[in-house]
Amino acid sequence: MSYRLGVDVGGTFTDLLLINEKTGETHTAKVPSTPQDSSIGVLNGIDRICQESGIDATEIHRVMHGTTVATNAVLTGKGAKVALVTTKGYKQVLQVARSFCPGGLGGWVSYVKKPLLAPLELTVEADERIDANGTISSPLDVTALKETLEALKAKGGFEALTISFINAYVNGEHERAARDIAKQVFPDMPISISSDVVPEMQEYERTETTVVNSYVRPEVARYIDNLSGALEERMGDNVHLSILRSDGGLASARAAAESPVNLLMSGPAGGVAGAIHFCQQAGFDNILTFDMGGTSTDVALIQGAKARVRRETRVGDVTVRAPSVDVRTVGAGGGSIAFVPELTKALRVGPESAGAEPGPAAYMKGGELPTVCDANVVLGYLPADVQLGGKMAINRDAAVKAVKSVADVMGLTVEEAAEGIIKIANEAMFGALRLVSVEQGFDPREFALVGFGGAGPLHANALGKLTDAWPAIIPPGPGVLCAYGDATTEVRDEASRTFVKLLAETSSEELADSLAELRQRASSTLENDGISIADQTITYQADVRYTGQAFQLSIEFTEQELANEGLNVLKRQFDQEHTQLFTFALEEGHEIVMIRAIATAVGRTIPIQKPGEKGNTAQDCVIAQSRIYYEGNWHDTPIYDRGRLQSGMKVDGPAIVGEMDSTSVVLPGYIAEVDTVGNLLIQPA
Amino acid sequence: MNEKIIQSNASPLNRVEVDTVTVDIIENALKNAREEMDAVLFRTAMSPGIREQGDCFPMIANKDGKMVVGQFGSFIHGFMDAYEGELEEGDIILTNDPYMTNAAVSHLPDWIVLVPIFKEGRHIAWSAMFGHMSDNGGMVPGSIPIKAETIFQEGIRIPPTKLYKKGELQSDVLELILHNVRTPQWNRFDLNALVAACKTAAKRCQEIAERFGDDIFYSTMEIMLERNHVAMQAIINMIVPEEPRVFEDYLCDDGVGMGPYKIRCKLWRENGRAIFDFDGTDPQAKSSINFYLNEDMFKMFFGSFTINLIDPQILFNDGFYDLVDVRIPEGCLLKPKFPAALSGRTHALGRIFDVMGGLLGQSAPEAMNAAGFSDSPHLFYSGYDDNGEWFQLFQIGFGGIPGRPAGDGPDGHSLWPGFTNVPNEFVEAYFPLRIEQYETIVDSGGAGLHRGGNGLSVAYRFLCDGTIAIHDERWMTYPWGVNGGTPGMRSSKKLVRADGTETFLPAKCDGIEVKKGDLLYFDTWGGGGWGDPLEREPELVLADIQRGLVSEEGAKRYGVVVSNGSVNDAATAELRATMKAARGDVSLFDFGGSIEEIKQRCLEETHLAPPEAPAFR
Repeated sequence: MSYRLGVDVGGTFTDLLLINEKTGETHTAKVPSTPQDSSIGVLNGIDRICQESGIDATEIHRVMHGTTVATNAVLTGKGAKVALVTTKGYKQVLQVARSFCPGGLGGWVSYVKKPLLAPLELTVEADERIDANGTISSPLDVTALKETLEALKAKGGFEALTISFINAYVNGEHERAARDIAKQVFPDMPISISSDVVPEMQEYERTETTVVNSYVRPEVARYIDNLSGALEERMGDNVHLSILRSDGGLASARAAAESPVNLLMSGPAGGVAGAIHFCQQAGFDNILTFDMGGTSTDVALIQGAKARVRRETRVGDVTVRAPSVDVRTVGAGGGSIAFVPELTKALRVGPESAGAEPGPAAYMKGGELPTVCDANVVLGYLPADVQLGGKMAINRDAAVKAVKSVADVMGLTVEEAAEGIIKIANEAMFGALRLVSVEQGFDPREFALVGFGGAGPLHANALGKLTDAWPAIIPPGPGVLCAYGDATTEVRDEASRTFVKLLAETSSEELADSLAELRQRASSTLENDGISIADQTITYQADVRYTGQAFQLSIEFTEQELANEGLNVLKRQFDQEHTQLFTFALEEGHEIVMIRAIATAVGRTIPIQKPGEKGNTAQDCVIAQSRIYYEGNWHDTPIYDRGRLQSGMKVDGPAIVGEMDSTSVVLPGYIAEVDTVGNLLIQPA
Repeated sequence: MNEKIIQSNASPLNRVEVDTVTVDIIENALKNAREEMDAVLFRTAMSPGIREQGDCFPMIANKDGKMVVGQFGSFIHGFMDAYEGELEEGDIILTNDPYMTNAAVSHLPDWIVLVPIFKEGRHIAWSAMFGHMSDNGGMVPGSIPIKAETIFQEGIRIPPTKLYKKGELQSDVLELILHNVRTPQWNRFDLNALVAACKTAAKRCQEIAERFGDDIFYSTMEIMLERNHVAMQAIINMIVPEEPRVFEDYLCDDGVGMGPYKIRCKLWRENGRAIFDFDGTDPQAKSSINFYLNEDMFKMFFGSFTINLIDPQILFNDGFYDLVDVRIPEGCLLKPKFPAALSGRTHALGRIFDVMGGLLGQSAPEAMNAAGFSDSPHLFYSGYDDNGEWFQLFQIGFGGIPGRPAGDGPDGHSLWPGFTNVPNEFVEAYFPLRIEQYETIVDSGGAGLHRGGNGLSVAYRFLCDGTIAIHDERWMTYPWGVNGGTPGMRSSKKLVRADGTETFLPAKCDGIEVKKGDLLYFDTWGGGGWGDPLEREPELVLADIQRGLVSEEGAKRYGVVVSNGSVNDAATAELRATMKAARGDVSLFDFGGSIEEIKQRCLEETHLAPPEAPAFR
């Protein structure tokens, strides 16, 4: 037997999913994460899942992994000490950044700038200059640079070096020369150069991205080394470890360690991939996903079973130029705290969160402030009196007490206040869903909505009402969906470069030549990992804009399409998308900015293990009777065990459907049906 | 005012009960709509000024023209008072004339688009947005001629005009306007983007009204205005004393040889209202530095500065206007008489924030910020490149955020909401120049317990012959320090010709010819310091030295002595004791001397002769 293992390391839990590659049979496990060294948690999980399923670890041949190691290094400020070499006159490129103070008028009053990821103490300059057209206006002073680097070495105190020169996106010659010199001075240190990591215009963004790459590189490399070593020990030499990248593609462990800046959104990308996996098989190719966790919610729009990728990744305060699945995050999650400012008497929810510690009041771990989770408990959506297999005990009295504190200030009943909290949290998520749909020219009514993550299934029905995106889908295992995603994606790599040319001033031949070069680069990464050219598909992308515009769109095409249609393939698609977004298109002025080639391994689809056919009735799956509060009234509500529900069964709202790590709410006037894949589809009755 | 609006459905909107949660939800939806306006604009605008620097401001107002979401307050009242025609569904108004809109916009390069929003034939709200256009015609490229004496020299004046009539673009009008500017293509797209942004807001308002009902939409806007009223009433009682406070600050010069110009304001509370009286402000200038200040806009500055303390999530709006009284004498620098020139108003606009900080701070010194980067300095560079193509660059300068209760001021940043610099690689790719240095100026931030941010030194190497113009401030008077903090370093502009000769350029000048190979150092000013510098942790001063932000010599302003890369504790203690004894108690403000003293040292310190005291007509 051959198995593959999906592993998602989150902030609190590490989720594992073991799939039999032939039958699609699955096993899941959830173990606590071990933030000091995540690989320990992963190994604990593997031991657990093998033990519980009785499968021998040596039968696992692929481990596919979504990791927040890089993200956490950025968020906690615990990355490597990074030294930086800039062009003379640009030492403070990160200090000045884009001169931007967030907040409205007067926002500067309270703005506190975070420490730089490459501190000024460790930033030095090189005497060199390349102009915007790529010509060298001042040659690199090799002797001076060597002296500067020797002095930096004497000072010490850093583990990685970054080189980022002005206009290196056009001509990386000086950066490469500087790297060669630096290698002599620092033979064992990882060195990142901006023209390799992200050859794109804009000095601050390029430098920051390259620095972030250096910043997370030692930590990620260490982690991947430890993990691969331990996996081989348990599973033997023929186990293959891959890591999920921010853009939703898998990279081999080796490739991932070299450009870890591409892993910052690895976690959310897994969730999106998992949602696509289940929805596509159920016939839903256009979906809106929302992944609601403790502190925030990630939403994304999927069209044609493909996630949109944007050329930017944001983690906390840090924004880098690295492709990532276009996920928008709002600060509304199960732990978001509700409060009433004294003067305005408005009801506010978040962005402050109770997090895992002290957590919502209902969990009795020291939290006393009312959270979205507590409101769910008060309203009965999260039943307190019935143990659903989850490990957390829920105390309704504590939740009531917490919510009452805001109810009293507003002169509302506890139930009214709780319903208000839920509505406001839903509205914040609705805002994010609008951002990815309506504001991009998509009508949510043409999409289905997919709710997952710890709290997503509680809110999916309500968000379906707000967006009118039906059905609201709860996929199987909504709490471990990221691990599903990790286990079901394909290896992928891309190569890109700046190619600033008006369409009118280039030819399809010139473009094809440049793309062939990139194709070679992207393809070779996969070949190095043992995927032959025959097992790869290649697609091309060009970032196009109207000249002068800041905004650009990535247009996708194949070699064949370019050959058949010429440059019109770009113009036609760009105009179409631009019209959808902004209601207009222009006759001329189309400009290519960047081009890239993407190589993807041809995948083997894994069968989904379907829930058994109807043998008993939905009524047989009811495990308890409870009640929920909805639109001002209490409703008697049965609680169903999702594990017993089978394909084709229908559950009338109001209903609660519980499973190990998640609870779904079906509101009065709605009906949920189990489809052949095991999804719960909620629709108006 | 609504009698000028033609509705096919004239049934009134009714005030109804709205529960708190619904108000909060609609508030959130309106906030999203406003953010979407910005997003649409940035993506579709063309000029670097708008899309890279964000020099533009959106607004959504209720049907009575009160701003419910936005930044700089509503001007719809002023506009409607002045507007003689009628408005109907599908009309879109364009204007740029401060004198015809009661200073809704304050100079001609700001073009404003105004859309009355209708739903089922009934007028329910307004959306509006203004953006700074790259050029408005007139005497100089960029249309901010310092030597202009009347507004007629500052380019095309667009009275409130229907750009769209019943949804139809009036292309004759548009072409006539664009014919008068140097950058017609940029302006065309930027204007298009402003219209798209306002239309988006209109659509969102219609959707919200559809979802909740028109009466609830209308009533919620009223409630949001009332929330601000309640909050601001409390704030005014809290921070505005009944005892009058006075603060004075200056514009250094008018660009034609006179200065400094005094801005004086007296503040007190009377019957729960805050009164700002600008009596004593100098009369209007002959040149274009006049700032026609809309009273409502000033109220907005005041409100947005303070209301964040109470509920940062609140959508700031017009609701409190009757709690504030702003008195500006006719004919003064802040209310010049038609047809005074106005294009260079940015300096006085910036200085207003320092004045307000100094006024409010006297009652709550601990909460006061030092003088900041209270301006938006400009550089224009224009000419014909090697291919004979016209180029016109507009750059905004950034400087030191002041020392604040929250901590040190960031170096080389912007005080204006949403402003960012244009990436140098972008500038170099599209304009014939090389930016050889882009770094903050060591020791330029005022010393303090929390230091002021450093100013920024940008070295522009011109690669084509052309003409430059500069608009800057604080070259003579200082960005003052507070609570013992010292002033920041002042600005300067040094032109190094290709042959090596050096000239210091005046802070405000235009028509300066530059040759290929000339180098301009555009140095902005630092923020003032906050709190006693002698109390600053010596290790923090040392860290700033290691980062190249403060020099060893500059560390002595903090009484810190550094030798061999570490703090010399004994020498530091001694120096601090000596300095403390010599200084005595710290003063609330440190202006760097009286105006007379500053003028006396001016030539020696700035290489520029002091301006003459203004003579008024």
